[in-house]
Amino acid sequence: MLSPQKTLDTYYLEARRDLLEVAAVLDRYDEAVKRDGAKAENESKKVSLLEAMEILAQPEHPNANRAEQLLNHFAKIT
Amino acid sequence: MQIIQPHYHAIARTAQDYERMAMSGVVAVCEPAFWAGFDRRHPETFIDYFAQISEFEPTRAAEFGIRHYCWVAVNPKEAENKELTTEVLRQMPEFLEKPTCLGVGETGLHKSTPNEIESLQAHVEMAMKHDQLVLIHTPHLSDKAHGTKTVLEVLAGMDVNPDKIWIDHVEEQTIEPVLDAGYWAGMTLYPVTKCSPRRAVDILEKYPRERLLVNSSADWGPSDPFTLQESIVEFRRRGHSLQAAVEIYHNNPCRFLGQNPKWDIKPITISEE
Repeated sequence: MLSPQKTLDTYYLEARRDLLEVAAVLDRYDEAVKRDGAKAENESKKVSLLEAMEILAQPEHPNANRAEQLLNHFAKIT
Repeated sequence: MQIIQPHYHAIARTAQDYERMAMSGVVAVCEPAFWAGFDRRHPETFIDYFAQISEFEPTRAAEFGIRHYCWVAVNPKEAENKELTTEVLRQMPEFLEKPTCLGVGETGLHKSTPNEIESLQAHVEMAMKHDQLVLIHTPHLSDKAHGTKTVLEVLAGMDVNPDKIWIDHVEEQTIEPVLDAGYWAGMTLYPVTKCSPRRAVDILEKYPRERLLVNSSADWGPSDPFTLQESIVEFRRRGHSLQAAVEIYHNNPCRFLGQNPKWDIKPITISEE
């Protein structure tokens, strides 16, 4: 099992990469809106992503179950 | 589709890479001199390294029908050793004459120290004196924005031809000032620490493409030559034409590198789509 510091040191860059990919998806969407001059008819997937980040941004997760929370959250999108 | 891999560290890779790249349409790779993972102590080690990438590596690539070109330089990390840098620079012109050497690179900055800046200036001066192309490395991660700004400041204080300078490893936070200053900008696609194939396509869609290069810079670390092909697939998946892909992944390298007469691969046009 990894120590707290080792956990951060091991996975920080991969998490950074993954967050950049999420940021790029949202930028890609905004650029598409600019090009087409209209938002998506159904923006629920974008809203879902933003809500997921709000869940992650909560400072305390005493049960260390963020992944479980996100899976339940994403299950609302069909 | 014919593809050019403009930045690739072949000596750190296997022949199987060459074979698979050839099968995927890669017709040429360009190998800048880089860091070996440890700081070399002797100028002679660089000389042997330059001989390896200018004489031996082309023969290894040719086994798979791939053209191999190289660049020579002391990389920014080892530029801290001023004595070493001076001696290697003294011997570099001999290698600039090699039939497959395209220019001076990759020079640039790592931590943007005074010694690194001095080395960058010396490399660029040598390149301009010998009418060579220049490939400039910009720093990683948190050092990137500051390092890129410093590179641009150094170049702004020198008598350079921006057409002949490729500033590499740009990302979203650094591409604009590089293009605005008239230089070529390269995006390096890494699995974790640099740009990604999809983000590169976002950039290709956002900025003028005439001075953009895309590469994998595959080396001995976590890297993958096929991130380049991943970005081509992503580009095509978004509906861009085959000719548009050829312009970026084949013709732009030809246009930049073709400023050196040793590069004889010409831009191509797809006659039917």
